[in-house]
Amino acid sequence: MKRFLGAVGAVILGMAALPALAGEIEIGNATLRPPVVAGGNGAAFFTITNHGPADRLIAAAATAARSVELHTHIRDGDVLRMRKVDAIAVPAQGQAELKPGGDHVMLFGLDPAATGPGAHVPLTLTFERAGDIQIEVPVAALPAAASGHHGAHGDQ
Amino acid sequence: MINNTVKAAGLIAVLAVLLILVAALNPGLSERISQGLALVTSPRLDTGFTLTDPTGKTVTDRDYRGRYMLVFFGYTFCPDVCPTTLTVLAGALDHLDAATAAKIVPVFVSLDPERDSPAVMGQYVAAFSPAIVGLTGSADAIAQVKKSYRVYSAKVEGSAPDLYTIDHSALLYLIGPDGRFRATIDPGHSAAGLAAELSRAVQ
Ligand SMILES: [Cu+2]
Repeated sequence: MKRFLGAVGAVILGMAALPALAGEIEIGNATLRPPVVAGGNGAAFFTITNHGPADRLIAAAATAARSVELHTHIRDGDVLRMRKVDAIAVPAQGQAELKPGGDHVMLFGLDPAATGPGAHVPLTLTFERAGDIQIEVPVAALPAAASGHHGAHGDQ
Repeated sequence: MINNTVKAAGLIAVLAVLLILVAALNPGLSERISQGLALVTSPRLDTGFTLTDPTGKTVTDRDYRGRYMLVFFGYTFCPDVCPTTLTVLAGALDHLDAATAAKIVPVFVSLDPERDSPAVMGQYVAAFSPAIVGLTGSADAIAQVKKSYRVYSAKVEGSAPDLYTIDHSALLYLIGPDGRFRATIDPGHSAAGLAAELSRAVQ
C-alpha cells in the first residue's frame, strides 16, 4: 500500500492501530517552525492528501503546546490577519496544503524541551470522517542555524 | 451644469497628467510603478524613531544615516508572517554581494512591547541573520513609530490572556541614506526576488 509513503517528513505512528478510514488520508511534507524565543508560538505545515471522499480536518492536539488551533490567514490590503477556523476542508481525491501565509496548525506556548534541533513533535490530527491520525512533525532549523551564514542558500 | 461637469472632468484629466509627470520625474516612484510593487503611501512619511536596541541602548533613525534602512514591523510571538518575511529577508541579504548588503541596515521593530524586551528582540533577530537589528521600546515609543510609519496593528485575543496575537501590516519600508522614505516593498516569498529588488533600489 502506498497510503502512507512514510517518506516526506511525516512519520505515521502505530499504523496497525489506525482506524480503517484513516487509510484514506495521507500526510506529507510535515514541518514545524519552532518559536525562536522559549515558550513562544510555532506553526505546523503539511500536505493532506485524501484518497477518499471529502473530509475536513477539525482539530489538532499536541502535548508539547499550551494550546493548539487550526488557523488561516485572511489578506486585507497589506495586512495578513491570522484567524482561528473550525475546520480545513480536504476535497475528495484531492489535497489541502497547509503552508506559510495560508493555513497552519498553530501551536501556542511550545515547550522548549520538545522543540530542540532535530526533535519531532507528536501531533494528533482529527478528521471528521477519517478520525484521528498521529504524526510526528520534524522541527525545522531556524535560518541562521540552517545557513550558518556562509554565502547564499536556497529560495523558499 | 453640463459645462461644470465637463470642466471638472477636464481638471481631473489635467491632474492625472500632472500625477503621471510627477511619477515619471521621480525615478524611484516610476520604478515602483513599473515593477508593480506596493506603492508609496506618501513621500512625506515621517521616518523618525527613538527606540531601544538589544543591548538596552537608545537608538534613533539618525544612527543609521548614510545607509539604507529596511524597516519591518512585527512581533516575536508571530508564528508565520514574521518568520517567513525575516527568512526571505535573511536569504535576500545572503544573495546580495557584500558591498550592496553593507549599504542596507535591516531593522525589525516590535509591535508587541509588552512581551518583546530588548534582550528578546536580540535573540529573535539573531536566529535569522546577524545583520538584522531588533528594536523595541516603551508602549509610547512603539505607538509613536507606528504613527510615523502609518503602520496598522491590532491585538487579537487568544484562548488565554497571554496568548494573544497581533494583526499587522507586512510591508518592508525602504528609507534612503538621507533618512527620507523611498518606498514600501512587498517582501514576497523569494529571497532571490527580494535581493533583485533591493539591489536595484539601492544603486
Ligand atoms: Cu496561527
